[in-house]
Amino acid sequence: MRADSILFPTESGLYCPEGGFHIDPLRPVERALITHGHSDHARSGHGAVMATRETLDIMRLRMGPDFAASTQIADGPTRIGGVTVSFHPAGHVLGSAQIAVTPDRGPKIVVSGDYCRAPNPTCLPFEPVPCDVFVTEATFGLPVFRFPEPLTQAAKLLASMAEFPDRQHLIGAYALGKAQHVISLVREAGYAAPIAIHGALKTLCDYYIGQGVDLGELIPATADEVPAQLVIAPPSAFASLWVQRFRDPVIGFASGWMAVRARARQRGVELPLIISDHVDWPSLTATLTELAPSEVWVTHGTEDGVIRWCELAQTPARPLRLVGYEDEAE
Amino acid sequence: MKAFASLLERLAFTPSRNAKLQLVRHYLERTPDPDRGWALAAMTGDLQLRTVTPSMLRGLAAERLDEKLLALSYDFVGDLAETIALVWPDGAEDDPSLSQAVDLLRTTGKVALPAAISAMLDRLGPSERLAFLKLATGNLRVGFSARMARMALAGMGGPSVPDLEELWHGLSPPYVPLFDWIAGGARPENAARAPFRPVMLATPTDLEELRALSPDDFYAEWKWDGIRVQAVSDEGIRRLYSRTGEDISEAFPDVIDAMDFDGTADGELLVRRDGEIAPFGELQKRLNRKSVGKGLLASHPAGLRLYDLLIWLGRDLRSEPLHQRRAVLDAADFGDARIDVSSLLKFATWDDLAKLRADPPATVIEGVMIKRRDSAYVSGRPRGPWFKWKRDPMVVDAVLIYAQRGHGKRSGFHSDFTFGLWDGPELVPVGKAYFGFTDAELRELDKFVRANTTERYGPVRALAPKLVVEVAFEGLNRSSRHRSGVAMRFPRISRIRWDKPAAEADHLATLEALL
Ligand SMILES: [Zn+2]
Ligand SMILES: [Zn+2]
Repeated sequence: MRADSILFPTESGLYCPEGGFHIDPLRPVERALITHGHSDHARSGHGAVMATRETLDIMRLRMGPDFAASTQIADGPTRIGGVTVSFHPAGHVLGSAQIAVTPDRGPKIVVSGDYCRAPNPTCLPFEPVPCDVFVTEATFGLPVFRFPEPLTQAAKLLASMAEFPDRQHLIGAYALGKAQHVISLVREAGYAAPIAIHGALKTLCDYYIGQGVDLGELIPATADEVPAQLVIAPPSAFASLWVQRFRDPVIGFASGWMAVRARARQRGVELPLIISDHVDWPSLTATLTELAPSEVWVTHGTEDGVIRWCELAQTPARPLRLVGYEDEAE
Repeated sequence: MKAFASLLERLAFTPSRNAKLQLVRHYLERTPDPDRGWALAAMTGDLQLRTVTPSMLRGLAAERLDEKLLALSYDFVGDLAETIALVWPDGAEDDPSLSQAVDLLRTTGKVALPAAISAMLDRLGPSERLAFLKLATGNLRVGFSARMARMALAGMGGPSVPDLEELWHGLSPPYVPLFDWIAGGARPENAARAPFRPVMLATPTDLEELRALSPDDFYAEWKWDGIRVQAVSDEGIRRLYSRTGEDISEAFPDVIDAMDFDGTADGELLVRRDGEIAPFGELQKRLNRKSVGKGLLASHPAGLRLYDLLIWLGRDLRSEPLHQRRAVLDAADFGDARIDVSSLLKFATWDDLAKLRADPPATVIEGVMIKRRDSAYVSGRPRGPWFKWKRDPMVVDAVLIYAQRGHGKRSGFHSDFTFGLWDGPELVPVGKAYFGFTDAELRELDKFVRANTTERYGPVRALAPKLVVEVAFEGLNRSSRHRSGVAMRFPRISRIRWDKPAAEADHLATLEALL
């Protein structure tokens, strides 16, 4: 069986006819396998949903208990129709997984979803899974994206807080994964004071803490006077009335896009922090080298760069041209 | 380099002026000499470095990265220096100092530069690479002016902003004596001496504008194609400034040596040999140098041709009229052949001046300067008191068709020429020229005339249409008296084109198009 008849893009997303399921479908389907809880990958309204326990928890927290007709926790290799599927850590956010699809005869395909190779104290590290076809994201699929050690960015934030001790630092970070990543980095860098979080972050931070991730003391950033120098909020909060309670704050944003100045300027931030939960160019290309798949499929992002790299490495590669994945986490 | 790079990055995203001042002040307090001085000069744009071109950078990057990936990257980032800083492969980061980077950009020769830049990039991390490339492309753009620099320095607790302003022009990067002073050391007294004064500039003009003015109210002098400078000698401190106040003394020790006077003079910096002014290209060899070798000092001796005095023997002359300043200047004895005074041109009418302008005695003259006799020396570019009337000739390549003997000194030679342009298969006479060539050229032309005469009409010889000359002229009028229908103003032979075949001379239509 050819790889592109085991799994191929449809309007609803990547579809596996042998197993009768979609992976990270963009619209409601009968049977969905979900890589992780970001809203562009995990949507409500499906029939049966299979994902890691954490991803199912996160979907429930974000979409309510009725987000799917039935759920199943991914646990070891599982037979679905004519194929076997298994979930492996992707290192992206808590619960994020790659999905391996193994037919009885034919090439093994690994759909990595969103993944990251840099150490992240809030989730399990990426597990390289040998395969014939590797489906990679390309959010940062250009050589300009080489992210610094995440701890250097925490140090940059703390240095700015020391430079401007009278100014509160408001850091934009997405609710699932990035906010907790930033907080745990700052803690790792030795910052022990209470950190204020915007109300929209509370549920997921509590969930992370419940799963054993140490975020230190968090206080709500809801009072008129927020008694913390460091405040974490989702990016949408910066356009709301909420932000007006802070006088002359230093506005920062934690994202891989901050690696490029024009992008940071578009955001209008004073303190760009290059903290990403996606693979950068060196780790993306190193992953392709390490796995040495006989074929690479490229999903969302800057496909051109990855395709060119594969061309130079003489690895067959093609873009899947899936639309609808918007990199919520970045 | 790391501290400098993070400062630049921070400044690039910091909109508030106060926050910028604080960031820079803290950087200056924490950074040793001479790095902090270089950094300050780089931010305010007062650092003269060898400039690296985008094409050189592209070439360097192409050695390290696939060109297609580079193109995709540049497309995404939109800034070449930033793209290269981001894609450059990481090397062994050993954090060279900013001084090392500045040194490299100040002293490396053109040929060795690309390899030196690559080697430096290999030693830097990504944000340092960007800082270095911004430095190398002269494009820091952090929104930090010299005025803000003085405010940041004043914030360090030493001298105040006015204290700093007083001697700012006398200071040069890396400002070590300045930082000593701020730390409680001695005031760099010498820096306060020989300050730069803002210069007075002229506006362009033309005959039409001049005709409305009375020639009697004005002085005129040649406009030399050198560099406008301000030469200041103040109690033993001598400085040569460009007209923007940049101290260029280091590159001209010969001129500094000759400045044995007490005052502030305005003039032209020129390379001159035995009284002859050399073309601008020769002066260029002396510019932008940290030091000059003996060889260059001997082969390209520099000097000054002065045309104004701002301060003389302790007296500020700037509010006095030009004719009085000029009288002081003419009476001054500079005691050195390297320094002389620009002489005034004799003219009664603007047409007289136009003729002089059209036929200057040297090729390094680029026009005439016209200055009101009663003008005070004021800073900036006021319209009215000073004009520059540049030589901006139009030129055509024409064929010599007739020659006639000259008069006076030239009576032995054929020096009056009629030239023509092609109109279909025939040459139509378009004008006459009597000057523009040297005596040596005159003899050659005469020889050509004698050898190529086809017919004689009295004193006039008709020539075989063989020799092309470049004719320069100041303007063009329609004329019914000329067969061609056009008349040139002040035509002269600007070049003899022995090399050019007559068939390739210009057509009458070219001239008509200039009308
Ligand atoms: Zn994601
Ligand atoms: Zn995604």
